[in-house]
Amino acid sequence: METSTLLAGLFVFVLSSFVGFEVINKVPPTLHTPLMSGANAISGIAVLGAILVSGAQNWSLTVILGLIAIVLATINVVGGFLVTDRMLNMFKKKEA
Amino acid sequence: MNISEFLPTGIQISYLVAASLFIVGLKRLGSPATARRGNQLAALGMLVAVVATLLDRQVLNYWVIAAGIGVGTVIGAIAALKVAMTDMPQMVGIFNGLGGAASALVAIAEFWRLLSTGAPLTLTSLITIILGVLIGGVTLTGSLIAFAKLQGLLTGKPIQFPLQQPFNFLILAAFLGSSVYFAIAPDTLPVFFGLIAISLILGVLFTIPIGGGDMPVVISLLNSYSGLAAAAAGFVVNNNMLIVAGALVGASGIILTNIMCKGMNRSLANVLFAAFGSDNAAAAGSSGSQGGSVKSIDAEEGAMMLGYARSVVIVPGYGMAVAQAQHAVRELASQLDRLGVEVKYAIHPVAGRMPGHMNVLLAEANVPYPQLYDMDDINPQFEQTDVALIIGANDVVNPAARHDKGSPIYGMPILEVDKAKHAIVIKRGMGTGFSGVQNELFFKDKSMMLFGSAKDVIDMLVSEVKQL
Repeated sequence: METSTLLAGLFVFVLSSFVGFEVINKVPPTLHTPLMSGANAISGIAVLGAILVSGAQNWSLTVILGLIAIVLATINVVGGFLVTDRMLNMFKKKEA
Repeated sequence: MNISEFLPTGIQISYLVAASLFIVGLKRLGSPATARRGNQLAALGMLVAVVATLLDRQVLNYWVIAAGIGVGTVIGAIAALKVAMTDMPQMVGIFNGLGGAASALVAIAEFWRLLSTGAPLTLTSLITIILGVLIGGVTLTGSLIAFAKLQGLLTGKPIQFPLQQPFNFLILAAFLGSSVYFAIAPDTLPVFFGLIAISLILGVLFTIPIGGGDMPVVISLLNSYSGLAAAAAGFVVNNNMLIVAGALVGASGIILTNIMCKGMNRSLANVLFAAFGSDNAAAAGSSGSQGGSVKSIDAEEGAMMLGYARSVVIVPGYGMAVAQAQHAVRELASQLDRLGVEVKYAIHPVAGRMPGHMNVLLAEANVPYPQLYDMDDINPQFEQTDVALIIGANDVVNPAARHDKGSPIYGMPILEVDKAKHAIVIKRGMGTGFSGVQNELFFKDKSMMLFGSAKDVIDMLVSEVKQL
């Protein structure tokens, strides 16, 4: 990897972090848990990396590790979004 | 533009859409009215990102990937639909760990691919690989230890051993040394395996000295790490989508960590390294004399006090979660409401074992949202409160935090239940709270103890109140 690629990535990383801080600031305590588990589901984005590394045609250690990563990250993504939805659904019920 | 250019461009544009959906989704997760929609938008963003990635030219064996996604989806869905709300801290903990593990595996797999294809290993890629392995590994084992503590598989007290700090620094130094060696000679596999092992050990060492009551901080911090791990994996495979999403999660985790630390008036460093609530910390603070005696009442007297009060403030704590008493509490509140008693709930920011723990449990029990009050809103109201009912909370209501400079919890913002006319404390015994200090609230004249498991005691209170 070139250093310029790394620097471009760092730009994206730092600016995204600032966006994150601005967007999430001032969350009421009631939503702390859903925010955490929703964000947690997003961290399962590693599934993309896992798909890319395990995409090769032939079996190799890389593909096997990538496949395990796909399973783990998918559990994180699907479980995370569903459990957050379940929680938020309970919150909604009583506001009506 | 021909097809071979069109596809990569399309993938990048889809990533841009997905990243925007994440940002809008997180924004909406921050407000009660739009939170559910926000979560769905974020999930949609994830779907867009995954589908776009499947179109990448690098991806050839769809059936393997489909099988992996299928298995993960089934396990994730079952876990999400079956988990009890009281077990949410563990659930979030284990999910954090899975995300971290996946990121570390991506870094390891990519390293292996570069090594076995004979591609040039630049210093930049080696650094990103080391970071990916480190953050992912620490997130994995740190989360597993947090899970074990929350699940009761490990003691909730800080685990300490002699020379712990020097030992930790030694391990860290070993990691840095191996990293340098690895950067110079990347094909020495034992060093790479050593780096993986040390990362895993660091996660354990980092989490074991942190006690159960500090778990809200640890869970938020690990949440942040799981995002940073994904971002590191993004650097490894050179994918902006991972970097953006990882950075967003990293930021949200840090914000929550910060809020939790403020709720205890302690610095992050103090939470991580002070082994708070261990015996030495307790010894320092328990010097204050505990004059007076403890008054114990039974459920019948308790029910009388509650039933004939004009206003009652319920203060739930970890004890309510352990006893799964949230439904009984709601039942008690509606019985009191029937008698014309005004009932409110006071929620301390760090009550329970994760951020917002009490809010989730009370929501599950259908407690109306407007009855829940944050610390700053409820504290001025305690003086007009007839009875404060404390259910399995301890340190967050200890008045010593206000005046006893020797107490380890001195300076922590508390719910000022001692300003209410009476305080009824439901507790299993006279054991100390997480901080290890005795609670002077229990020895005040206006305080009454109702001993027993939260669930049993509240059930008794409900049946007594029904007879009023």
